[in-house]
Amino acid sequence: MSLQTGTPSTGRTSRAARAVRDVVFVDGVRTPFGKAGDKGIYAGMRADDLVVKCIRDLLRRNPSLPPERVDDVAIAATTQTGDQGLTIGRTAALLAGLPRTVPGFAIDRMCAGAMTAVTTTASGIAFGAYDVVIAGGVEHMGNHPMGAGADPNPRFQSERIVDPAALNMGNTAENLHDRFPAITKERADTYAVRSQQKLAAAYEAGSIQPDLVPVAGRKAGSGWTLNTVDEPPRPGTTVEDLASLRTPFRAHGRVTAGNAAGLNDGATAALLASADAAEELGLPVRMRLVAYAFAGVEPEVMGIGPVPATEKALRQAGLEIGDIGLFEINEAFAVQVLSFLDHFGIDDEDPRVNRYGGAIAVGHPLASSGVRLMNQLARQFEEDPEVRYGMTTMCIGLGMGATVIWENPHHEHYGQDAA
Amino acid sequence: MSFERYDELAALVPPEIVTHSYVQDIPLPDGAGVLALITLDNDLDHTKPTTLGPRTLIEFGRTLEGLKERAARGEISAVALTGKPYFLVAGADLSTVKSVRSEHLGRLMAELGHEAYDLLADLGVPSFAFINGVALGGGLEIALAANYRTVSSGASGIGLPEAFIGLVPGWGGVYRLPRLIGPANAVKVMIENPLSNNRSLDGTAAYGLGIADALFEPADFIEQSLLWAARVLTGGEGDAVGQRRAELARSDDDAWAGAVAAGRAFVEAKTSNAAPAPARVLDLLEAGLTLSQKESAAAECTALAELMQTPAFHATVYAFLDLVQKRGKRPAGAPDRKLARPVTKVGVVGAGLMASQLALLFARQLKVPVVLTDIDQARVDKGVGYVHAEIDRMLDRKRLSQDAANRTRALVTGSVSKDVFADADFVIEAVFEELSVKKQVFAEVEAVVSAECILATNTSSLSVAEMAADLVHPERVVGFHFFNPVAAMPLLEVVRAPRTDDTVLATAFVLAKGLKKNAVLVQDAPAFVVNRILGRMFGEITAVFDEGTDAETADNALRPLGLPMTPFRLLALVGLPVGQHVQESLHVAFGDRFHVSANQQKLIGAGVKGLWEKQEDGTETVPAQTLALMERGSAPSTAEEVLHRTQDALADEIGRMLDEGVVAAPEDIDLCMIMGAGWPMHLGGITPYLDRVGASERVLGRTFHQA
Repeated sequence: MSLQTGTPSTGRTSRAARAVRDVVFVDGVRTPFGKAGDKGIYAGMRADDLVVKCIRDLLRRNPSLPPERVDDVAIAATTQTGDQGLTIGRTAALLAGLPRTVPGFAIDRMCAGAMTAVTTTASGIAFGAYDVVIAGGVEHMGNHPMGAGADPNPRFQSERIVDPAALNMGNTAENLHDRFPAITKERADTYAVRSQQKLAAAYEAGSIQPDLVPVAGRKAGSGWTLNTVDEPPRPGTTVEDLASLRTPFRAHGRVTAGNAAGLNDGATAALLASADAAEELGLPVRMRLVAYAFAGVEPEVMGIGPVPATEKALRQAGLEIGDIGLFEINEAFAVQVLSFLDHFGIDDEDPRVNRYGGAIAVGHPLASSGVRLMNQLARQFEEDPEVRYGMTTMCIGLGMGATVIWENPHHEHYGQDAA
Repeated sequence: MSFERYDELAALVPPEIVTHSYVQDIPLPDGAGVLALITLDNDLDHTKPTTLGPRTLIEFGRTLEGLKERAARGEISAVALTGKPYFLVAGADLSTVKSVRSEHLGRLMAELGHEAYDLLADLGVPSFAFINGVALGGGLEIALAANYRTVSSGASGIGLPEAFIGLVPGWGGVYRLPRLIGPANAVKVMIENPLSNNRSLDGTAAYGLGIADALFEPADFIEQSLLWAARVLTGGEGDAVGQRRAELARSDDDAWAGAVAAGRAFVEAKTSNAAPAPARVLDLLEAGLTLSQKESAAAECTALAELMQTPAFHATVYAFLDLVQKRGKRPAGAPDRKLARPVTKVGVVGAGLMASQLALLFARQLKVPVVLTDIDQARVDKGVGYVHAEIDRMLDRKRLSQDAANRTRALVTGSVSKDVFADADFVIEAVFEELSVKKQVFAEVEAVVSAECILATNTSSLSVAEMAADLVHPERVVGFHFFNPVAAMPLLEVVRAPRTDDTVLATAFVLAKGLKKNAVLVQDAPAFVVNRILGRMFGEITAVFDEGTDAETADNALRPLGLPMTPFRLLALVGLPVGQHVQESLHVAFGDRFHVSANQQKLIGAGVKGLWEKQEDGTETVPAQTLALMERGSAPSTAEEVLHRTQDALADEIGRMLDEGVVAAPEDIDLCMIMGAGWPMHLGGITPYLDRVGASERVLGRTFHQA
């Protein structure tokens, strides 16, 4: 019996001075997103199976990558128990049929789980620890209702560290409306309707489908079926439809099921590599990582998190907000997106923002969403070589924000005077 | 076309667990249209396999009729079928099929399958089968009827076992399979595998033979099968499928005839042609070469209708379903398993061949420390050495990993002192078959072990009760009678002595299951079940030989019983001295009805190993010098007389055993002989056979089973 070992990584020695290496986004896929609950398309399915389908499809889409060259598998989940437990990165790697020599781990930063899986493993690539990684996330919110099993420390309340109400994300969105009175319910609903329209248009244009992994599901009494499209979208939604929805977090409030992301099931996975490894293995380069940053804010207004995270990332990259030609911002709540746009002086209908719509339409299976943003930004880079820099950003529970800045390899100045 | 004519069939058979045909429309990519996917599902979990009965087939057929209409309207571009997890379909519902009590209804059942399956090949759009799991018999034939097949590399239990069960693959399998994989491989799947412990294929092997056109891994088998279907529909697979099929199915008339002939030779060697079904399979295969599918279908239906009424079919269903599958797994009379105590260390007294085999079995299956003892260090070393050498052999053959081999080796140790049994929970003796020796061994062990430690004996003929009689705790003694070779033979006779308590007995049964043996509860009577019946049989055959019947006639007279080996050959394999010893002890216990052959004693005295000896040309004869050693009478019997006499003897002995309560029921006798002596299932066990040939009626004035 011999242990299979991966091919040694290219040109690194431990004692020589290190150069930070370029990290590229090679490819990303996701399952169609489903509605959480008994009637959803993934009711009765396992979260780990959803991740496995993504990993296998990534490998099939990139046949020039020998599976043993994957150096690590980082999979995020917010609730790491049951079918999302047992170190899901490792279990998913084994279940996907990757060689046993490929390790894996689990990651959690709530909604930015997959995004953190990407930045963490990307750092490993830059450092020289990895050549190729798989990073993704999953949340089966039907199997794992939000906050299930959580046990907040009583000191949060007794020492006023976190208002217990801030553990409910809907409350924090209402708080954000309080802080920014200019963001009215009407603006939020209008933004939400646009999100639905943009997603429908993106589907129409065939921009969403290429990165979806079909998932077979079987329900009692009806047999196997194949899920190939997202379940949550409600194309044709109007402002009038939304106006009548209840505001579950506060009487006469502003946050409704219509201007927020739903409760969803889904998984994502991306392939990242060092620029050298991508070249060596003949892997496509769809984005280059420029900078990333995380920032903390008051948990009670967690939705504002992307603002300081973005400022920090821009500072690191030596870029201005005006340099960013495309934004993929996660739509946990319309108010959170609008607060970001207002801060940076961007119009509610700016065509650089969420061209394919966002989570309000497509859904937000918590820890999986970060890679969805990246998949879509990569597609938009391809469609729009005029754009040099793009950004994926999202807010995070307990008061955080995450931002990743990417460069478009299709841009004429790509690689020159690299930021 | 209509399935109404089968309603009378559905009405006549008992309630069937219907496997439904659920249809979902799947829009395929790349403009391949809409595929109607049928899922065969009985809405029960994976412990309840999907099966095919009349109602299931009628629903399936009507579903296909509906899909054919939709195809004609242009609504769908393909039809596919698959199953619930782990099963495509496990095959015909045998409890339904066995209740079909007339040839008319049997023919209807056969025609129903053809009518439904033929639709799959005649929908007006291509049909696919995605073999996701078990596909046996009619379950595989349903896939063979489709135009294309994919199979999961995680699937197992793929095959056509009809010849084993007493039927033919008569829902088109016998016609379609050789056209996909060639006649030689078809004979392997339809004849050789069923008659070799009912072996089946896994997904990879099925793909390799050409049963499927594409192989996908289980993690996304349905998804990849659907995408493959889309590529086939849009021409994306090109001629790859056709070319592969042409290569795998390549054959000519000579190859076809050769495959049939090889099949017939195999059947003769395996079954002595004692059962009708395998030959019928080969008849259909042979005729099928020049028939159209419709013509073959008519012949298949006739064969099925006839075979369904044969005793061999009903006997096999009884032996396979009622005995091996049911009674074998839930031994009659076993106490509640909750009473069982854990066994964390095992002692084996003796380090001879039997003892060493036991040590290996316990260490390997239970994964607990096993310690062997014997009277001197050399014997101990030899016993432990045997176990270690066997482990090395398994390692070489990759039946054990290095780690597992290390672990198992470390579990088996030896000692010359019985003190090592102090913390054992179960000590089994395999010392010389002498009551006084065994009693002494048990007394010595009892002095060392805890009050709860179970003492088991592997005796084949001595009284367990007497062995226990002088112990402080006689309730701890149980018989644990294995068969040689221990690793291969599935039967374990668990002997309850009059004072054996329920906890001890329950532990023995749980232990047997842990050892992967089928336990049968027997009472403490001389030679228990298998050796007593074999002894009575040996007695009759040696008696007719001693009376003057020639060896050829005597040894082959029992051919209709389909025994795995003739009596004289089995005696030679066991060893004449061992056989003689058992026969003598049976004679002591039961008297003259167990014949002890003086001639055999002479052969033993002369060092002859067996009656038959292989000649240079490969044939076997009884050498003149062997014959010269013996004194035989001049009253030969015919083969028919020998068979008749042996049948009567067996009926007599089994009747006595049931009267004595050696086992709970005749079913246990049948189970013991199938699993302990390798007697064939197509007889349905020995007791239904003796009923059918009239022996039980002749001898006992009654039958063992109700008609």
